[in-house]
Amino acid sequence: MKVGNVGAVRPAASAAVPSIPARFWQRVSFWVTLAVVALLGAVAIVSQRDTLREAMFTLLMFASLASSLNILLGYTGYVSFGHIVFFGLGGYSGFYFISKQGWSIYPSLIVGGLVASVIALLIGLSILRLRGAYFALATIGILEAARAFVANFGPFGGSTGLSINFSVYRQYGGPAQALWTSFYIMWVITFIVVIVSFYIKSSRFGLGLLSIREDEDAALVMGVNAPRWKTLAYVVSAFFPGVIGTLYFFKNGNVEPADAFRLQMSIETIVMVMLGGQGTVLGPILGAATYDRLRSYLLTSDLFKNLHLAVAGLALLLIVLFVPAGVVGWLRGRFAQLRRVLE
Amino acid sequence: MPAQVLTSVVDGLMLGFVYGVAAMGMTLIWGVMRVINLSHGPLIALGMFGTYFLFTGLGLNPYLGLLLIAVVGLVAGFVIYGVAVHRVINAPYLSSLLATFAVSMMIIGVGTAALSTSPFNVDFSLGSVAAGPLTIPGTRLMAAFAAVLVAGLLYLFLYRTKPGKAIRAVSNNRGAAELMGIPSSRVLALSFGIGTMLAGLAGGLIATFFPFTILSGETYQLKSFVIGVLGGLGNPIGALVGGLVLGLLEGIIPAFMPVSWVPVIEFALFVLVLLIRPTGLLGGRA
Repeated sequence: MKVGNVGAVRPAASAAVPSIPARFWQRVSFWVTLAVVALLGAVAIVSQRDTLREAMFTLLMFASLASSLNILLGYTGYVSFGHIVFFGLGGYSGFYFISKQGWSIYPSLIVGGLVASVIALLIGLSILRLRGAYFALATIGILEAARAFVANFGPFGGSTGLSINFSVYRQYGGPAQALWTSFYIMWVITFIVVIVSFYIKSSRFGLGLLSIREDEDAALVMGVNAPRWKTLAYVVSAFFPGVIGTLYFFKNGNVEPADAFRLQMSIETIVMVMLGGQGTVLGPILGAATYDRLRSYLLTSDLFKNLHLAVAGLALLLIVLFVPAGVVGWLRGRFAQLRRVLE
Repeated sequence: MPAQVLTSVVDGLMLGFVYGVAAMGMTLIWGVMRVINLSHGPLIALGMFGTYFLFTGLGLNPYLGLLLIAVVGLVAGFVIYGVAVHRVINAPYLSSLLATFAVSMMIIGVGTAALSTSPFNVDFSLGSVAAGPLTIPGTRLMAAFAAVLVAGLLYLFLYRTKPGKAIRAVSNNRGAAELMGIPSSRVLALSFGIGTMLAGLAGGLIATFFPFTILSGETYQLKSFVIGVLGGLGNPIGALVGGLVLGLLEGIIPAFMPVSWVPVIEFALFVLVLLIRPTGLLGGRA
C-alpha cells in the first residue's frame, strides 16, 4: 500500500537507535490523541444534554470502530470490506446473553468481543491467504453469508431478531440512567482502543504488521511470521467491534439482522479511516469525528437533507482522488516537523 | 411436486441469463482494469428506471428502449471512468474501490431524493408460454433471449473486432499492449463504458418482470460478485455460465429448504470458491 506510508517506517528507525527525543515525541502524540478522545466525551458530560450525549455516543462508536479497523487496514494493509460482520456477530452473541440468559452488560461485553475474536480467528486462518481485492471480496461474501445465516438462526430470533424487556434496565438505574452508563462505557472503550492501537504500533508486532503492509513477501523473507501476525491483527481488530456491537444493541434494546450487518456502515468505517489517514493512530479518530459531524450536518440541514448521501459521496470522491493519504497523512507529508507529533 | 420443482428450475435458469449479463459487465471491468466496480448495483438500478421512464413515460416498447439504455449506459460509463476511475487506475486497489463506492453513493443519494425508495413497477406483459406442465412468463423468455443475444454480441465484439481485441490485449498485459501502440486509456474507458452498458441492460431486462426501487441494484451487484467468482473473474463468457449456475441453484434450493437459506448457500459457496479456486471454476480471464 503506497498511500499513507510517508514516515511510517520512522518508528523502525527510532527503535533501532533508541533516542530520547523520539520517545518523547511519541509520548506527546499519545497524549494528544487521548486528549482528543477525552475532549469528545467531556463535551457531552459537561452539557448533560441527552441529544449531545447520543451524538457523541455515535461519534465515539465510529471512532473506535474505525480505530480497530485501522489495525487491519492501516497497519497490515488488508482491506476488510465486511468488518462490520464482527460488530454484528459479536453484538448478537453479547446481546443473546443479556436478553436470554439474564447476564449483566459487563460480562456480556467481554463475551461479545471474545466471540467476535474466535470467529475472526477461524475465518482469518482461511481468508487471510487471499490478497488484495480477492480478500476484500471474500469479506463482503462473509458479511452477506453471516447476515443471511443469522436471519435463519433460531436462537438469535431469525429475521425478527432479539429484544430485551425494559425492566432489564432497572438494575442500571432505569432506562435514562442506562443510556448514560452506555455512554460512559463507550467512552472507556474508545480510550482502550486508542491505547491498544498505539501500543501495537510502537511494538515489534506493529512493526511486523507495517512490514507486511509494505511488502508481504519481503517481510516473510526477513523472518516476519506473516501468517501468524496478520491473523493476530485480524483477531485483535475483530475484538472491539464485538464489544461495541453488544453495547450498541444493549442501548437500543433490540437487534435484528438488517441492523447488525450493514455493508454501508462497514464501508463508511473505511471512509473514516481513509479520511483521517490510514496507519496513523490519531487519523481514524479525526476521520470518524469529521465524517460523523458532516453526516449529521447534512442530515439536518434543509438544503442537503435529501441529498446527504450524494454530498458525502462527492466528498469521498474528492478525498480519494486528491488527498489519498487522508488529513493526518497529508499533514505528515506536508510538514515534516509534524511527523513526530502525529503518530 | 416434481412439476413445481421443474417450473422453479426453469424460472431460475431464465433469471440466470439476466444475472449473467449483469455479471459480464462487472467481470469485464475487473478483467481489464482490476477494478471492482462498487457502482455496478446503482447502475443496474438506473437501467431499471430507464425502462420504467421510457415505457411509462414515452410508451416505448421495453425492448426497443433497451437500445437507448445501451447508448446512454455506454456514455455514462465513459463519464464515470473519466471523472472517478482514471486518476486512481494505478493507485492501490482500495482507492478504486472507494472511488466507485463514492459514485454509488452519489447515484443512490440523488436517486433517493428524486425517486424516493418506494417500489416502481413496469406494467408490461407478454402473456405466457405453456409447454407441458410448464408455464413461462413471456417477459422472462424474452429477457433470456435478449441476454443470450447480448452475450453473443459481446463475444463477437471481443473476439472479432479490432477494439474488442484491443480490450483483450490490455486485459492480458497493459504494459505490453501500450508498447504495441494500443491507446490503453481509451481502451480502459471503452471497457468501463461497456461494463456500465451491460449493467444498464441487465437492469432494463429485470424491470420487465420484477418491481424495483433505486436500492434494488445492490442485490444484483452482490449476485454479480458471486457469479463473477463462479465463472472466473475477468472472463465475461464464464459469467454467463456462472449466471446459469446461480439461477439453477436458486431454482433447486427452495425444493429442499426454506427459500431464506438461498443467500446463505450462495455466499458460502462464493467464499469457498474464492478460497479454493480464486480464478473461478471456469478459470482465467478473457
